[in-house]
Amino acid sequence: MAYLELQNLHRDFGTNKALDGIEIQLGEGEFLSLLGPSGCGKTTALRLVAGFDRPDQGRIVVDGKDVTRVAPNKRDMGMVFQAYSLFPNMTAHQNVEFGLRIRGKDRADRRKRVDDLLELVGLGHAGTRYPHQLSGGMQQRVALARALAIEPRVLLLDEPLSALDAKVRVQLREEIRRIQLELGITTLYVTHDQEEALSVSDHVAVMYRGRIEQMGSPAEMYTAPATPFVAEFIGTMNRIEATVVDPSTGTIETGGVTLTVEAARGKARGDRVLVLIRPETVEVAAANGAGANTMTGEVLTHTFLGPVTRLKIVSGQSSLIADMPTARAAALPPGSKVDAALPATEARLLDLKDDEALPQITEEPGPAGP
Amino acid sequence: MSGRRRLPLAWIVTLPFFAYTLLFMFLPAGSVLIGAFEGKTHGYTISNVTTLFHHPYIDAFKTSIEISGTTALIGGAVGLAVAYAAIREGTPRWVRSALTTFSGVAANFGGIPLAFAFISTLGPLGIITVFGRSHGWDPTAHGFSLFSKTGVELAYMYFQLPLMILVISPAIDGLRKEWREASSNLGASQLQFWRYVGVPVLMPSLLGAIILLFGNAFAAYATAYSLTAGTVNIVPILIGAYYSGNVLNNPHLAQAMAFGMFAVLAVMMVFYIPLQRRAARWAK
Amino acid sequence: MRPTRRIAPTAVIWLLIAFGYFFIPLIATFLFSLKSNQTGHCCTAANYSWVVHSSAFWHTLKISFLLAIETIVISLALFVPTIYWVHLRVPKLRPVIAFLALIPFVIPPIVMVVGLLQFFKGTPSWFYAQPWGFLAGAYVILAFPYMFFSLDAGFRSIDVHTLTEASQSLGARWGTTLVKVILPNIRSAALAGSFLTLAIVMGEFTIANLSAFNTFPIFIQYVNESQGFPAASLTLMSFAITWAAMLSLLVVGRKRGQRAAIVAGAR
Repeated sequence: MAYLELQNLHRDFGTNKALDGIEIQLGEGEFLSLLGPSGCGKTTALRLVAGFDRPDQGRIVVDGKDVTRVAPNKRDMGMVFQAYSLFPNMTAHQNVEFGLRIRGKDRADRRKRVDDLLELVGLGHAGTRYPHQLSGGMQQRVALARALAIEPRVLLLDEPLSALDAKVRVQLREEIRRIQLELGITTLYVTHDQEEALSVSDHVAVMYRGRIEQMGSPAEMYTAPATPFVAEFIGTMNRIEATVVDPSTGTIETGGVTLTVEAARGKARGDRVLVLIRPETVEVAAANGAGANTMTGEVLTHTFLGPVTRLKIVSGQSSLIADMPTARAAALPPGSKVDAALPATEARLLDLKDDEALPQITEEPGPAGP
Repeated sequence: MSGRRRLPLAWIVTLPFFAYTLLFMFLPAGSVLIGAFEGKTHGYTISNVTTLFHHPYIDAFKTSIEISGTTALIGGAVGLAVAYAAIREGTPRWVRSALTTFSGVAANFGGIPLAFAFISTLGPLGIITVFGRSHGWDPTAHGFSLFSKTGVELAYMYFQLPLMILVISPAIDGLRKEWREASSNLGASQLQFWRYVGVPVLMPSLLGAIILLFGNAFAAYATAYSLTAGTVNIVPILIGAYYSGNVLNNPHLAQAMAFGMFAVLAVMMVFYIPLQRRAARWAK
Repeated sequence: MRPTRRIAPTAVIWLLIAFGYFFIPLIATFLFSLKSNQTGHCCTAANYSWVVHSSAFWHTLKISFLLAIETIVISLALFVPTIYWVHLRVPKLRPVIAFLALIPFVIPPIVMVVGLLQFFKGTPSWFYAQPWGFLAGAYVILAFPYMFFSLDAGFRSIDVHTLTEASQSLGARWGTTLVKVILPNIRSAALAGSFLTLAIVMGEFTIANLSAFNTFPIFIQYVNESQGFPAASLTLMSFAITWAAMLSLLVVGRKRGQRAAIVAGAR
């Protein structure tokens, strides 16, 4: 049975539908990331769970109890905010202690628990420091300890890493996951960073325009995106618009090139489809004029990504991105004529409705400075 | 270009400013200090200053401090509440800008016109007095007089309140929404938020603002002068009366009172600075 | 994108209290100003006409206005080159000057006038007995905090170094640079300081009263003591002058969102 349920949540801000019917079921101790671009409703959903805002429609159920109308200070939800949420007039120790003090726990218990928690987040030595004496990463660790101190029923994290440096971000997200597993605490995590979401979660829900586009395990989200938006948002994806030529063999046609794709079998002739191909599944070799399922083109640019190099290839009207081991990429410098073989089995196909525009994805700006 | 040769030159441009400050600020201030300790005819004495501890001077200082303290504390508290009401979430934006603009005007609207505005309102023939009287409730029958200490305090509130609003608003802006949400999230009520977070965070600004309001009322002269015509004895009015010579021509006593005002402000600072340091120990 | 929240009931109560406290005295004054000075009944414009036909009104208003202009000119002449130079060459001096400029805000005017009268006693009468000498000299000191903080904010918002170097690299001399390049850029800051100074000088009573000069506020006090209802119309006019100065301040200050230190002056 689900521990945390969001049932048909709606929330409008004026004419803007921030949430347009959200359904989530999360088992006890599970870690779900709400992933999406800014304005997709993910933070609104989190704030509804925390109780800072009320839904126009729908229910929030925790452990079988409806908490939709419960005041935020009676919900026992621990929340970690984006940044600058520590009380500036209290030391790290006092910040963590705050919730326990409010709950009237006795002094000795509080002390023990706060020390344990600061130890857990790796700040056993920094209890007497004030927030302005802590780095951004340390502040977020304290915020995490503070949220955990009240033994919350659900841990809520609202882009807790977005104000931090890249290196600290990676380190801290792994620690958050470690602590979450250690305590077995049900967690809702909001982020716009797909790498972050995929690396720490049990489940990922991609949100767009107030709806959940797709929900699944990180691997499912990556290998089997259900909508063009998810395909675009998670990882890098080649998207090729094509028309089905022969459904029986799975043949499709794009820009004068015919390709065979397993997934196209059973479509109707003349259907417009979107072919989705991960760059790492494209096989690139020097042009020799042969090979099935191959687009011939010219290497435009190299982007060095460490172990792999990303090649941008132009072929007639369309362009293609392919990743290949850096060691081999040197043989195909920009300007080389190449054959790019597309995998017949690994390419995925989405129906493209005539009126459907491809989603535009905008970079999410980080939080404003202090 | 050698720094040694340029430095004096760099100072020359600022010379007129320093000369003016010396001539119109420091030397006159010095003459007050020296004058306060000068005898009536010759030599130096502390008798002017010791006289301050006797009637009517000590009473004037008491009244001045009481009026300033009362209006600073009440004006401060009400000003804080009004500023917060205008800034908090839910209040339309225009309320705040209207309030700020109006406060800018009202804080500068002191003196004689203010006194008259209050006479029109709460004086013996004032609108509210007349209204109250015709509805069976006469404020003067309950011992209220605009020309008393309470009346002066009410009038002072007209510039104390907006001054507080102007001074404290930036500090209220500094209260982050996250703090309120985090405290609520951790189980605290509104009241607990203010007790443990809101007020302590505002405290350094609050102390500074209260001191400013105190000094503001302590220095005020025109409003009380016009309102009470000398019936409420505050230090500036006493100084004015003595100095202009229509009571007793002893400028040294007036200078001693001026010195006394300095001393009161200095004592305020002696209390203020450690309090401020304590309140702000969590800040940089 | 934030939740559209309704205004809190307690907020409404506090705002209403403030509204009442601010406006009831003004409304009362307005109603007073419409009453006949002879009969005490409403409604007549006679009080306004009495004021406008009073030669003392125009005379003292002129004195106060000219005093304000003189104060503004002297303080600008004193502060603009100083602050410019401090920003350009001797930033170390800035805190010193800020401190000195703040002192007049802390000293009660009554103390200030006692010191000034004592110190300048015996100086030539063209200075000591003239508002344009003694009083203007004192008002420049009163204007210190307002002028300094307005101008300092203005200078901080422009890149003094780059502007000066650019101007000099094009062959301009110091004077030319200051007048043609720097001044236009701090114009709104200078105007803000000037309007504040105007409001202060037009309402200053303490120093004028003790040094026995006949300025506009002294005239208001005289009418207050001698004529009941015309004083109400004068009070409103005085309030309107403060309003005009503050609104002008907002208009010139709006461009850069610069919020000058608009705090109590006419106490």
